[in-house]
Amino acid sequence: MSAGRGAVTPRPHLMASGTSMCPGCGGLQVVKQIYEHLGRDVVFVNAAGCLTLLAPYPTTPFQSSWIYTSMASAPAGAQGLVDAIEVLRSKGRISGRRRIHVVVLTGDGAANGIGLSSTSGALDRRLDFYYLCYDNEGYGNTGHQTSPATPEGARTSTDALGPGCSQPKKDLFSIWAAHEPSYLATVIGAEPQDLARKVERARGCQGPKMFIALAPCPTGWGFDPKDAGRIGHLAVSTGVWALRERVDGKTVHTKIPRPRRLVEDYLRAQKRFQHLFSPVRRDDVIQRIQARITDAWEDWFRGQPTRPRA
Amino acid sequence: MIAGSEGSQRSQRSERRLLTGNQAAAWGARLGGVDYVPAFPITPQTEIIEALAAWFDDGSLMGRLTMFESEHSMMTAAGTAAAAGARTFTATSSQGLLYSLEMMYAVAGWRVPFVMVNVSRGLASPITLESDHNDVLAARDTGFLQIHCATAQEVLDAVLIAFRWSEDRRVRLPVIVNQDGFSLSFTREPVDIPNEDAVRAFLPTRGDLDETLSGPSPQSLGVAVLDGSTYSYFRYQMERAAQGALPVLLDIEKEFESMTGRRFLPIDEYRMHDAEMAIVVVGSLGTQAMVAVDEMRAEGVRVGLVRPRVLRPFPRNALALTLGRMRGVAVVDQDLSPGFGGILHGEIAAALYARPEPRPSLTSYIGGLGGRFVSVTEFKRIVDETVVASITGHVPPPRLLFTDEEARSIRMLQQIADDAPQYELGAPFASGLEGDRA
Repeated sequence: MSAGRGAVTPRPHLMASGTSMCPGCGGLQVVKQIYEHLGRDVVFVNAAGCLTLLAPYPTTPFQSSWIYTSMASAPAGAQGLVDAIEVLRSKGRISGRRRIHVVVLTGDGAANGIGLSSTSGALDRRLDFYYLCYDNEGYGNTGHQTSPATPEGARTSTDALGPGCSQPKKDLFSIWAAHEPSYLATVIGAEPQDLARKVERARGCQGPKMFIALAPCPTGWGFDPKDAGRIGHLAVSTGVWALRERVDGKTVHTKIPRPRRLVEDYLRAQKRFQHLFSPVRRDDVIQRIQARITDAWEDWFRGQPTRPRA
Repeated sequence: MIAGSEGSQRSQRSERRLLTGNQAAAWGARLGGVDYVPAFPITPQTEIIEALAAWFDDGSLMGRLTMFESEHSMMTAAGTAAAAGARTFTATSSQGLLYSLEMMYAVAGWRVPFVMVNVSRGLASPITLESDHNDVLAARDTGFLQIHCATAQEVLDAVLIAFRWSEDRRVRLPVIVNQDGFSLSFTREPVDIPNEDAVRAFLPTRGDLDETLSGPSPQSLGVAVLDGSTYSYFRYQMERAAQGALPVLLDIEKEFESMTGRRFLPIDEYRMHDAEMAIVVVGSLGTQAMVAVDEMRAEGVRVGLVRPRVLRPFPRNALALTLGRMRGVAVVDQDLSPGFGGILHGEIAAALYARPEPRPSLTSYIGGLGGRFVSVTEFKRIVDETVVASITGHVPPPRLLFTDEEARSIRMLQQIADDAPQYELGAPFASGLEGDRA
């Protein structure tokens, strides 16, 4: 598919507005975009998380099917669906003309922890499906507790008083990459052109098509919903959220921030990091976070045949 | 054996083979025209999925078997595949059933039809491979219907009936077909395998694809509700469907009888026509109890055997009617709810309490845990005690069956382990039913 800039624009709005998501939800933003690129021939398979409340009885914002499974087993639910559709098609019991996209939709809690085993199983079996992890860096639906995706220094409702989360964010991209899915990318709702190109590219792939979307979360991260786009842009321009794509065993960055802004700009904009700036500025922690980001980019640049300009 | 009326066509001829309970289960799925088998291995069930995998590979079966990474995933896939319209079959046992339990509740609530064979095995701890019913009874409240088998023939028949039952629009609930590990799963018995054409007439291809998840339509399954009334409404729908499943089974059973000549009633009664005393057991322990009944009948005791084939829906009225006219009823549970006792005993008591007095004296015995043998002698002693209870009106406390011989062998193991017993064996822990083990 085309990888040219601005080649793809979203289709007319398929997804209804007025859901029960929080204003400014970065997860909703990315689901809406991906859905509108894939079109109506979709079955969503959901795991417990914020977006479970997209389709409470008797409403749905989709013109497509939706099935809620459990927190741990949405990829297995996708496997059952894909297997059934393929078997019934081969027996001529359902028409074979249209391709049904089965899309697993989970948060970072399910993706990084309780659902990792079922994801690994689906990847190992080369299941032909999409997986969208909307990563709001905490157990959002229960009030934003620390999850494996919570970054170092972030305060959550279980790291509310001290120095914040003590661990760096779990590297789900590498864990998924080790399974060599057909397509793997990071995206963010604030970069719709990048996202559009990636969905189009994934459409051409048979097998697992994996997306991790950073999902800025006004309630969990502490910012005004109107700033959701700005926070997303800051995540990219500071290099916190690297927009990447991995196909055929090779990872490329689809957007290299030049120059990279200091991570401080991103941290300062969110209440969850305020304790790093007042009452006492924690240069040690801020520098550790900055060093981790700088090192990750430098590592990647070093691995390139021609060193890109940073 | 020739099924149906005199002059049946050759195509209706069945075939008799020696099959283990597990092979009979696999044959049930094969004859049922299964489309999809999500699988995960566990002893003593694995032979079932191995047989099905071989048939998918050699072309005897058209469809797919997918190996999952856990029973939790396997159960999820069974639910979604059934929702998409595939005739789905799976099998598990013991720890596997428990690992999938969250999804058992979920998929029953999806109201999707499929069949799962559970090969009963005791639960950890301690770990065992041998049979008891605590695994399947943990699924008692999930919304799955439950059929319990005593013979390999019954396993095959139950799988075929279960597909029809599960897919019936009045029911639309998944069904467990239970068989005991080892004593049935690995025991060869002669089994009549019905002819495939006859089965296809009894069990046509699933025809309910229009109701299921299709992609471009705004249908949702398994979603959240926002208040107790809506939640209750859906749970009550399940209860109505489960309760209503008994008369549906009787309809299906009549058709099944005309195909095979075999009955499949919710409760199996043995020598109950003029009985005054009844033994109640579930599963293959029933065959041992039948031997005991025969011997006691020869001695002039008017005793019979009642074996519920269906535990969910619970055939309360039929049980109350049959057992209500007894002088004494002895329930032998192959399960244990610590702090309560026998689970089946509690359910039988609930059924009987709806009857007007006089009610039978109801005794309770725990036996057969982890594959522990229950001897004919023990069954006889159980009936003797229940006779005494029915005369005196004094019902003994629940008994935990354990012989002196077993007590001696445990003491030997404890000596090796340098371990002291927490409680001394002996009344009321021993049954007092020590002695020879026939």
